[in-house]
Amino acid sequence: MNAPQTAGFSSGKAPVFDPASARPAVVARRASVIYQAADQPVHALSEVDLTIRQGEFVSLIGPSGCGKTTLLRVIADLEPISSGEVLVNEMSPSEARERRAYGYVFQAPALFPWRTVLANVMLPLQIMGRELSQCEAIAREQLARVGLAGFEKKYPWQLSGGMQQRVSIARALGFEPKILMMDEPFGALDEITRDKLNEQLQQLWLREQRTVVFVTHSIAEAVYLSTRIVVMSPRPGRIVKVIDSPLPFERDLSMRDTPEFARLAQEVREALAEGHH
Amino acid sequence: MSRSTMPGAVGALLAIIPAGLALSQVFSLSGFDPVVPLHALHSPALRIAALQIVCVLLAAQAVRSLVCTLPLLVGSVITGALLLFAVPAGESEPAAAFWLLVLAQALLVRTSVQRLAMLDSPRWIASFTAVIFGLWALYFWQLLVTAFAVPRVLMPAPADIVMALFTQADKLGGDFVQTVLKSVLSGYLLGSGLGIALGIAIERSPFLQRGLLPIASLTSTIPLVGVAPIAVMWFGFDWPSKVAVVVLMTFFPALVSTLAGLGAAGKLERELMHSYAASPRQQLLALRLPAAMPFIFGALKVNASLALIGAIVAEFFGSPTAGLGFRISTEASRMQMPLVWAAIVLSAIVGSVLYALLVRLERRVNFWHPSVRALQS
Amino acid sequence: MTAKFRQHFLPVATVLAAALVLWYLLAIWLNAAGAIERVLTPRGPWGWQDLVGATFSMQRPVLPAPHQIALDLWSSIVDYPIDSPRNLLLHAGVTAGATLTGFLMGVVLGSLLAICIVHSRTLDRALMPWIVASQSVPVLAIAPIVLIILGSLGITGMLPKATIAMYLCFFPVTVAMVQGLRAPQRLEMELVHTWSASRIQTFFMLRLPSSLPFLFPALRVAIAAGLAGTIVAELPTGAQAGLGARLLTGSYYGNTLQIWSALIMASLLGVALTALVSLLEYGLTGRRKQA
Repeated sequence: MNAPQTAGFSSGKAPVFDPASARPAVVARRASVIYQAADQPVHALSEVDLTIRQGEFVSLIGPSGCGKTTLLRVIADLEPISSGEVLVNEMSPSEARERRAYGYVFQAPALFPWRTVLANVMLPLQIMGRELSQCEAIAREQLARVGLAGFEKKYPWQLSGGMQQRVSIARALGFEPKILMMDEPFGALDEITRDKLNEQLQQLWLREQRTVVFVTHSIAEAVYLSTRIVVMSPRPGRIVKVIDSPLPFERDLSMRDTPEFARLAQEVREALAEGHH
Repeated sequence: MSRSTMPGAVGALLAIIPAGLALSQVFSLSGFDPVVPLHALHSPALRIAALQIVCVLLAAQAVRSLVCTLPLLVGSVITGALLLFAVPAGESEPAAAFWLLVLAQALLVRTSVQRLAMLDSPRWIASFTAVIFGLWALYFWQLLVTAFAVPRVLMPAPADIVMALFTQADKLGGDFVQTVLKSVLSGYLLGSGLGIALGIAIERSPFLQRGLLPIASLTSTIPLVGVAPIAVMWFGFDWPSKVAVVVLMTFFPALVSTLAGLGAAGKLERELMHSYAASPRQQLLALRLPAAMPFIFGALKVNASLALIGAIVAEFFGSPTAGLGFRISTEASRMQMPLVWAAIVLSAIVGSVLYALLVRLERRVNFWHPSVRALQS
Repeated sequence: MTAKFRQHFLPVATVLAAALVLWYLLAIWLNAAGAIERVLTPRGPWGWQDLVGATFSMQRPVLPAPHQIALDLWSSIVDYPIDSPRNLLLHAGVTAGATLTGFLMGVVLGSLLAICIVHSRTLDRALMPWIVASQSVPVLAIAPIVLIILGSLGITGMLPKATIAMYLCFFPVTVAMVQGLRAPQRLEMELVHTWSASRIQTFFMLRLPSSLPFLFPALRVAIAAGLAGTIVAELPTGAQAGLGARLLTGSYYGNTLQIWSALIMASLLGVALTALVSLLEYGLTGRRKQA
């Protein structure tokens, strides 16, 4: 399955990739997370096995409490695992974090209100000790890529919710993390803005071929964006089914009306219903 | 809002009654002989009453705009000024006409302030209304204290206080240097600074935070000024003992607020810094300290008045022969009330100026905070 | 239980223990000179144990050791009848009485004024800014004047002190109450409006309940300020009773132990009064939450 050559490649990376033979970016083996609740332990994540290869766009989908966010947080070293093993680029998550492997995008933009839009995007670069002029150049370029050139001097609270979320994506991409982690990044936005950002994210992924792990409740969003969809189910949090997407890599919103799209969405819906038994 | 429910209309019309009565009194005193109208025109009471009636007629035109309220305001200021000069001097008892005029004046003032309060524009109208109200309060203080001939020992008139502010300027200047520049400022900076510094220092030790926070919060319930006599014993009568009291009073609020502020950074923001593998120092400078600034400024504002109170009250316990607190307590026992009030006015001005400066600084530092943004929009 | 112990009790106990040790060390250091001069040298040769013992048991130490203060407090309560002027509980009672009286007056007046302010645009525009501004002004400085005016009108005893406590309580209560009575959101106000509730109904159904969370923190501030005001008011009156009077006589005669005992008593009183307000809050709002 080869990525079609498109004119959109601007990052100069290898345009072709083959998920089957690419190196694994994330490997989880029998990973479990157990919280000690008041009366009984809660299995937030139970014996999860998953391999995510470099360049893949993987969505984690499932109802609330299925552990999709927990899995994302475990990979990003925001939460420890109780048992099992998680490797990121053949390192432990915390080592990978120390090497700045992750760009994390939350549901809320989490921008610092006392920094301008530009300074917000510069923040991770500054923390990583880059030279100031270099930080600024990269930040400007990233803002332009998410369509926010000209808004550098504004403060986050002067922008709309969708624009704020685009700033936070630019911030996550600026330091070229190996893996982009997105936790329902568009969950709080209205549907029109959401469609637009989905389209932009898809094009961004196509251009840069970063590994993306994406948490969502929206079937349409997962099908539209992903190369692979991981369907999860609650109590205990586990993986029900992993679905490979037969859709081509280059996509646009009109594709959502094709039969292939509908078939894939149906498959995801059935897997979700199955997990609910 | 319909004309009939225009606020103050009733009050304004009521003002006609005492003003008219006063007018008739002046005429009845002069006995209505043909020469009198000329003589009566020179009577201040007649002029005041006539003007007040004009004001009432102005007020009858009830329109919500500044232009329509201004004539009423100006008119009431003129009648007020005339009334102030008409206060019977010396021993003579004010006539009934005078009290009627005072009553009419009060009703007019009430109406004009009500009218001002109804306005929504221009932007400065709200503070203008408050200032006008304050000035009228001072005016009636002056008027009543003079009219009732209240002894100055009990309650001096505002004019006496202003006089004392100017005639005793050198004394009060010395008090200002002693209390404000030496005790308050150094104690305030030292106490708040130490509190903030300790808060930052123990930021990474949850154990110490949990240990210190309850104790520091508890100190807000304790009358800390009580340490003043001990401070005087340890550090002498002069300003160092006041600095000690001020440091003690300002330290704990600064510590408590700093700790609360450093913990106020959002969970997402902290996880973001974590995912960048930011060092504790970077987390402090880039996230926690900016997020704590609104809290720290809250403490700085509270501390400004605490520091002033601490220094003044500590001087009640003993001080050299200068200082605002010393002035207030000794001149009060010597019954020099205008000077006491002057010292209080001075400390009130110092408190307000300190506060205003802090608010300006806060607007610069915390420009991003919703509470500050709400003020600017 | 053990987790709670480790989370809350242990850190506080550690900090308190450290403070106590620091206090003892400070007492040795500060009292050493006086102890050597007045106690040890006349007695002849001495070792460091004698020095420590002497610094902890001086008549008028620069800094009394904590156990000395505790003993003094205890003996003043146990050794003298409650109506004796040497019993600190009597003084604490006098101060507490004046504070509570002033507090009640201040709360009632402040709440009434706040109700007037939220219902009158004129008062809101003309008076409210001055009440807010008063918080940046050291209003306690007026205390001597209040005492003199009331004194010359023949009012003495508890009432002048209570008056000072009252006006100190008045300002924070008014400001918080105005905020609280305005706290209901527009949505809730409009909802009540659609039920065509009267002003009085709106006040009791909506405004008053939503003002309580604003009121109680202000009450805690107010009662602490009122206590400080009462103590300051007890200074120049030459009052015979009250913690402020104890502080002043202690400082006249250089009796440090008496000052510290009065200070600790005042602190305990402050904590107790604040606890009283918190108890009231729990009684009023805690039960409401359960219902």
